[in-house]
Amino acid sequence: MKKIEAIIKPHKLDEVKEALNALGVAGMTVSDVRGYGRQKGHTEIYRGAEYTVDFVPKVKIEIVVDDEIAEAAENAIVMNARTDKIGDGKVFTYDCEGAVRIRTGERGPEAL
Amino acid sequence: MDQAQAVEQLALQVVTVGDQVINLGDTAFMIICTALVLFMTPGLALFYAGMVRKKNVLSTTMHSFFSMGLTSIIWAVIGYTIAFGGTEGPLGPYIGNFTKVGLSGVINSAFGIEGHYMPESVFAMFQGMFAIITVGLITGAFAERMKFKAYAIFAAIWVIVVYSPMAHWVWGGGWLGANGVKALDFAGGTVVHIASAAAALACAIMLGKRKDHGTAAIQPHNLPMTILGAGILWFGWFGFNAGSELAVDGVAGSAFMVTHLAAAAGLLGWIVVEWMQHGKPTTLGAASGAVAGLVGITPAAGFVDAVPGMLIGFAAGAACYFGVKIKNKFGFDDALDVVGVHGVGGTLGAIATGLFASTAASGAVEFLGGTNGLFYGGGVEQLVRQLISVVAAWAFSFIVSLVILKVVDLMVGLRAEPEAEETGLDLADHAETGYVL
Repeated sequence: MKKIEAIIKPHKLDEVKEALNALGVAGMTVSDVRGYGRQKGHTEIYRGAEYTVDFVPKVKIEIVVDDEIAEAAENAIVMNARTDKIGDGKVFTYDCEGAVRIRTGERGPEAL
Repeated sequence: MDQAQAVEQLALQVVTVGDQVINLGDTAFMIICTALVLFMTPGLALFYAGMVRKKNVLSTTMHSFFSMGLTSIIWAVIGYTIAFGGTEGPLGPYIGNFTKVGLSGVINSAFGIEGHYMPESVFAMFQGMFAIITVGLITGAFAERMKFKAYAIFAAIWVIVVYSPMAHWVWGGGWLGANGVKALDFAGGTVVHIASAAAALACAIMLGKRKDHGTAAIQPHNLPMTILGAGILWFGWFGFNAGSELAVDGVAGSAFMVTHLAAAAGLLGWIVVEWMQHGKPTTLGAASGAVAGLVGITPAAGFVDAVPGMLIGFAAGAACYFGVKIKNKFGFDDALDVVGVHGVGGTLGAIATGLFASTAASGAVEFLGGTNGLFYGGGVEQLVRQLISVVAAWAFSFIVSLVILKVVDLMVGLRAEPEAEETGLDLADHAETGYVL
């Protein structure tokens, strides 16, 4: 199993979700996050004073998938989150050691 | 009963209070205006609360809303008589006498001039709403860092020793108004806006900067709330300015008109300058500009024509934009720009009254002892009177506020503990949080 964590632009979430659903990814966890990478922050203006806001709002998606669809899932996220502009985000993939469905006690890929 | 009989009966309907015939139209109008002015204070609460960080949303809201409780009672017990008690005796030009402590006698007396009497109870409540919001205005200066206990004590003393005497000077027959200097202040450019801004400056100096000031971006947490607040202020301001005529007549109508035009022009004034300087028109700029226009027209409403009203509003919007910018050069942390908006706008409006007051546009100018402004052939006479009132209001409110703050600091300490400021005053002072997610 692989865990994929993707930081993307908030308005791309729906497209990414549809693409992952189409691949058969059964669930996901999404959170609102703030951060910066090479994009750095942006400027906001309040009553004539300009402030640099370092942390830009993003969405973090976490999914765990079977090894055989991991690469496809990764690609689906990349293709659908891309706007070709700075600040599109990143995708991280990790090995996942275990999974348990709490209701039934199923373990491993069965639990996904 | 046929129609003729009904008409006759209505014509005979006479209401008297304290041996005076009450003007029913004026009285109905003033009751509504009083409610409108009260509504400005929750509007102010939203206006300010949207501009602070979310950990201080309730603390900031409470500053304004609490004034509706505290100031009302202080006004009824002692403030009203200081402002509008009798002017006999050597102290008459400075404070009213104490015959109306506890609003004594107002339910059985009438206030006004021949043909325009209303129950004094209505007048006392109308004026009380001004005291409430003036205290609320100051709170923008010390948002996010003043102990609530210190604020409550400061506000109580301030209403008694600063606001009430100043209302007496200008409107209660005191030395600045028609019985003395003859400065014109229709609805509170000096008493409300300069007084609150001078006190705000004293607060910003005495309390020092917020912990994160200048080191981290302190972003407004909810600008839609601020915009709604500005809209409510605009709405209530019709009662504030038109009601200050204390009658339903042409001057009330013209005050109503220029109030609206100045708010509109103020919004545009701020936005135009901001757009040129930063390339973006902001919503906070629109809200601030509208309020600046309203502040600017407050002393002049009822004395000026439509075009001067628009000019004053536009100039106030633009001037307050720069007033706020200059703050950053001085390094004061007047958190929500009370000085930049109410100080600059109030001063500009008071001076503009000496330029644009017109006896042709308004009978109120001569009725209150004023003359034509500089641009209407009156020379500099009225302008000089206006400048005297501006200096008096700034100096008196600033100095006395400093003294009060010093005393309160010695009593309970002004500044919240660093830890309370870090966690937010909502939790530290009120044991609540504004948003539970």
